[in-house]
Amino acid sequence: MSAARDEILQRVRLALRDVPQREQPTDVAVERGYRPTADASREHVIELFVERVREYKATVRIVTAHALPTTIAESCAARGVRRLLVPVDIPREWLPAGIEALRDTELTYAQIDGCDGVLTGCALGIAQTGTIVLDGGQAQGRRVLTLLPDYHLCVVRTEQIVGLVPEAVARLVPAVCEQQRAITFISGPSATSDIELNRVEGVHGPRTLEVIVVTPD
Amino acid sequence: MSRSNSKFHIPLTFQESARAALENTQLRRNLGKATQTIRAKRASVVDELPDWQELREAGRAIKERTLRHLDEYLLQLEAAVQRAGGQVHWARDAIEANRIVAGIVLEHGASEVIKVKSLTTDEIRMNEALGQHGVTAIETDLAELIIQLAHEESSHILVPAIHKNRAEIRTLFMHTLGISELSDEPAELAAVARRYLRTKFLSVPVATSGVNFAVAATGTIAVVESEGNGRMCLTLPEVLISIMGIEKVIPGWQDFEVFLQLLPRSSTGERMNPYTSFWTGVHPGDGPQAFHLVLLDNGRSRVLADHIGRQTLNCIRCSACLNVCPVYERTGGHAYNSVYPGPIGAILTPQLLGVERAGSLPYASSLCGACYDVCPVKINIPEVLVHLRAQVVRHKQTSEGIKGKLDPEAIGMRLLARVFRSPERYEQAQKLARLGQIPFARRGIIERLPPPLNVWTTMRDLQAVPRQTFRDWWRKRRVFGSVPKADADGVGDADGVDAEAAAAGRRNV
Repeated sequence: MSAARDEILQRVRLALRDVPQREQPTDVAVERGYRPTADASREHVIELFVERVREYKATVRIVTAHALPTTIAESCAARGVRRLLVPVDIPREWLPAGIEALRDTELTYAQIDGCDGVLTGCALGIAQTGTIVLDGGQAQGRRVLTLLPDYHLCVVRTEQIVGLVPEAVARLVPAVCEQQRAITFISGPSATSDIELNRVEGVHGPRTLEVIVVTPD
Repeated sequence: MSRSNSKFHIPLTFQESARAALENTQLRRNLGKATQTIRAKRASVVDELPDWQELREAGRAIKERTLRHLDEYLLQLEAAVQRAGGQVHWARDAIEANRIVAGIVLEHGASEVIKVKSLTTDEIRMNEALGQHGVTAIETDLAELIIQLAHEESSHILVPAIHKNRAEIRTLFMHTLGISELSDEPAELAAVARRYLRTKFLSVPVATSGVNFAVAATGTIAVVESEGNGRMCLTLPEVLISIMGIEKVIPGWQDFEVFLQLLPRSSTGERMNPYTSFWTGVHPGDGPQAFHLVLLDNGRSRVLADHIGRQTLNCIRCSACLNVCPVYERTGGHAYNSVYPGPIGAILTPQLLGVERAGSLPYASSLCGACYDVCPVKINIPEVLVHLRAQVVRHKQTSEGIKGKLDPEAIGMRLLARVFRSPERYEQAQKLARLGQIPFARRGIIERLPPPLNVWTTMRDLQAVPRQTFRDWWRKRRVFGSVPKADADGVGDADGVDAEAAAAGRRNV
């Protein structure tokens, strides 16, 4: 291959002369003494998720599956959303009547940018950090959908919520390692701390994040 | 400092630049407020985790494993990225990296690129290099935009405009962006950046980014950010070029369970930063359809070769060490004359450039060790600082020939070495010093010495040699066969000099 590649690899090998030839990477011990899972009840994990998402100044509502469409309708009405962007595979039963849902059938950036808000599901929620994980799977669509509109309404089912970061990383193994999907971790609305280290919600991504946690009926 | 200064030319020593910075009271106020705020935030979110020390240890160990087998992991990463539809380039130095990036940009006929904040691209001065090819690099991070508009340099790894307060930013935006009505509310200032950059995000076809982590096994790249400008750059353009130092590789996806806990808490003091993007090569129908990864050496293999310095490459650029450093808090980032300021910069810059080019930086520390305590990957910064100081001295002695040998410090040290080698000479020297210090010592303390020794005493006091040393005392004790009471108590003197000195001596042990 390239001369640069050969030379860099040679420099690195020369720099590592002190490493014994027969040493394997796994011979360098990595002690994973940290917590792999949360030591808490399901109720507590879900409560913590709600609390932590709220701390990022995102709105969180908890409803039963039965009440989901009404809640979505209320949220959109409260925001004044007329054109709601949705991924193509959004569950039909989520969508309330009377809302113009724009399905992402190869929409242009301009069309996406022109929407009042976007409605998606998610892959996971992480309680410890109040994080929503998108992996491009069901009801999530491509990455741009949750990026350009100023309002993101996200549905999280309680069984999608895990306790700690290691649990989320483990659950994402098939999506990353087998299906090579793009993953996005979202923790609250877009923010900056660049001016005097004051956190200001809303710079380039959606300035409003609203989460609906759905419990089974 | 102007942008035109090459990173290979460090014009001032740290001590010279620090003096200028210390005279800027506005800067010190801004810095003091910012570092205190972030220190408190970090401490509270770190205290939340009962397993923080275990996470730190795992982070350190993963980095050690990676660095000891870096060649294998780089090859794995290359293969994985290619498998996923990306292209991999290797750059020995800044010039080569810039040539690669410019080549890709020009091949796509672009005259502008949008840029995610990246220290590595600052290190290679990519914006300038692209400018020479007629390509404008647009910074999209708010702080980077602020300093780009102000034609200034970054002063902090994480919050580059930390030296500017809201009033200064308001004035800057009004002047450079032609806005007549603007308050100094951070939310309103952020909104200005949102409007200004949205059209760029939607129209510029090429983006560049740095890399926080790259997974060898899968080829997955991670970029951690807050504002969403990163997601814009990583998602909207047709072409994405990511530039990474070769030390940013990690073995497997699972390792994120450690680093995603360590990094946000250490850097912004948040449980999690607002956005983290992971991508693996090219995703059909989603995001850029051409992905280039540039692997940059630029001195890193040299750092790797030093057994003590190697741990510097553990760094995940969190900036926790800056915020706790009593030196950084007072001088700010510009005094370090490098893209890498603070304690990490004081060890990284001299190693990347060579101690001959940045020899003042290992002295930009009081060795208090606060940086080591907060480092999420346990880089023993004081250890590396002392190691580098030794290199600076050795370099001075060997490379400067006769001038180096006649350097007063070198002569002094050689003399001391001779004195310490023989007990007789040592005792004689003590006797001499006891006489010599008479005009300077007051109550066991020397506050001022004549030149050239005043280099030491302008900043600190020196312990005087006590009237009675341990060896004197020991000898007396043996002669009399028992411990004389006054001496055992250490009070053999009317003015108590010896007692104080002995107490100070005990503390120092």
